[in-house]
Amino acid sequence: MSLFRHVCIVLLMTLLTLGVGSQAVAQSADPGREISTSVGAADADTWRQVRSGEVDANYRDSRHDSNYNLINAAGQTWREIRNHWVTPFGLIAIGAMIVMIALFYVIFGRKNLDERPTGRKLFRWSALERTLHWSVASLFIILALSGLNILYGKYVFRSLFGDAVWGAMISASKVSHNYLGPLFGILLLIILAKFFKHNLPKKHDLAWFKKGGGLVGKGHPDAGFANAGEKVWYWLLATAGVAVIISGLVLNFPNFDQSRDTMMWANVIHAVAALGLTAVALGHIYIGTIGTEGSLEGMKTGYVDEVWAKEHHNLWYEEVKDQAVDAEQLDTPAAGEDERPAPSQPG
Amino acid sequence: MAQMKFMCDAERCIDCNGCVTACKNANDVEWGIQRRRVVTLNDGEPTEVSISVACMHCDDAPCMAVCPTDCFYKTDDGIVLHDKDLCIGCGYCLYACPFGAPQFPKQNAFGERGKMDKCTFCAGGPADSKEEEYEKYGANRIAEGKLPLCAEMCSTKALLAGDAQTVADIFRQRVVQRGHEDGAWSEVNRQGPDTAAARMDNLAYDATRQG
Ligand code: HEM
Ligand code: SF4
Ligand code: SF4
Repeated sequence: MSLFRHVCIVLLMTLLTLGVGSQAVAQSADPGREISTSVGAADADTWRQVRSGEVDANYRDSRHDSNYNLINAAGQTWREIRNHWVTPFGLIAIGAMIVMIALFYVIFGRKNLDERPTGRKLFRWSALERTLHWSVASLFIILALSGLNILYGKYVFRSLFGDAVWGAMISASKVSHNYLGPLFGILLLIILAKFFKHNLPKKHDLAWFKKGGGLVGKGHPDAGFANAGEKVWYWLLATAGVAVIISGLVLNFPNFDQSRDTMMWANVIHAVAALGLTAVALGHIYIGTIGTEGSLEGMKTGYVDEVWAKEHHNLWYEEVKDQAVDAEQLDTPAAGEDERPAPSQPG
Repeated sequence: MAQMKFMCDAERCIDCNGCVTACKNANDVEWGIQRRRVVTLNDGEPTEVSISVACMHCDDAPCMAVCPTDCFYKTDDGIVLHDKDLCIGCGYCLYACPFGAPQFPKQNAFGERGKMDKCTFCAGGPADSKEEEYEKYGANRIAEGKLPLCAEMCSTKALLAGDAQTVADIFRQRVVQRGHEDGAWSEVNRQGPDTAAARMDNLAYDATRQG
């Protein structure tokens, strides 16, 4: 046996005796003692039950609003969904949309009318419809901006502007979001009901999609009062938009004592649907403003040029073309804003 | 640098709610808000066990991660505090927290909840004056070199507060004293036959672990 091993063994034995010596109390203790003093079987099963969120008749919580479990890890799932999925992918969706629109504009440019506008106008949107549209649109923009601030603001503005400005910004966002949200909800439902008939799917919508709304091949595909692209936007609002409203209301009225889980899911649905809509809305705004010649005019004045109608909504144009009026006539207030000449446009 | 933690020794907690009362008293919190609560499982049964809970001052705090205003911060002592001037009362911290620590003075329509309130480890919060700090967050005992009142008042010393290392040492000592063979770190005879020892409390059971 080498000297080294000798030394090692001696050292080890010394250590062991020392250890046993100092831990004598613990070692000699009777394991039964812990059992006799320990709380019963608060074992893995108990903790499993705690984790599951089950609360039985023998659960007590000294807080007056005792609707919490001892430990509720559900929020962790929500945190991960919101912070790891919704936050980055929402940004990606909106960013990708902006890039796509910019590229589209650079490559294809503005969609101008093929023929020169004649100056003869067709009545398209009543004052009520235009008021509804711009109210919903303004509220949408306010809600989108305040919502985006709630989700992303802290990554940008706090360090940029400091606590005082950031505090004012975020509380304004929350207050405007929470009070204007329900108003937006009501107006969106009204506008959906009002535009319902225009947006019923038709056979020619398929052909419209096949031609990419006119991007593919020559000429304009058939379209009634609303073309297939507009119908998609309508039905997105009628589905995702309604989901945003319902989930928003769930978040907005905690006074009904809905559970934490309900609110977390409402938050996820709300954020996903709202971010999706925000991305698509950018496309809608692009097409309605700089993207297509003559579209904005319709929603501004209520009238569109007959050439615009012929090119973009030929089926509708066929129905109403005999009602065209000269632009000069429209400048006189007498030309009655609100009376849509004989509602002969069900398609 | 200290890492402040609470730890409630379920073996000792007798559900007296002294900690709850001490906290209310020290921090003068708003009506309806109770920063600390005592939960009793299996009340009235032989397996009854009580534990006092408040904010755990998490290392990777979920409240902090989800707050839209980013109003939480961690002190050098690992205490999670928040700025009531920034809080908008959105309730996200309440969703995220596993312990139900964040609470609100109200719960009204249009998401009007008021400013979130939670346990501060008796460390107050951001304010311009001492009076304002007390008004908004309650006592700052940490600044006075004292520990949270709940733990100091605990009659059985079930509730421990302080540096994690110290708290863990005290607890380990207790467990060893109680006769557990290896400081309660092992599963006690769990695979074996269903003996009293097999059913014994696994004191170091990690409740966050899947299973
Ligand atoms: C289409 C327009 C809307 C958009 C773009 C939008 C967007 C958002 C976004 C991005 C968030 C943040 C989600 C997060 O942080 O995880 C949010 C939160 C919220 N939204 Fe909306 N939202 C819209 C409409 C609504 C409506 C109609 C309501 C109510 C009826 C509503 C009520 C809420 C509420 C209550 C929250 C939680 C934040 C808080 O309580 O302050 N939102 N919204
Ligand atoms: S409030 Fe909840 S999530 Fe935040 S630190 Fe305290 S225990 Fe952790
Ligand atoms: S309620 Fe206040 S502290 Fe809690 S997440 Fe919302 S803003 Fe942050």
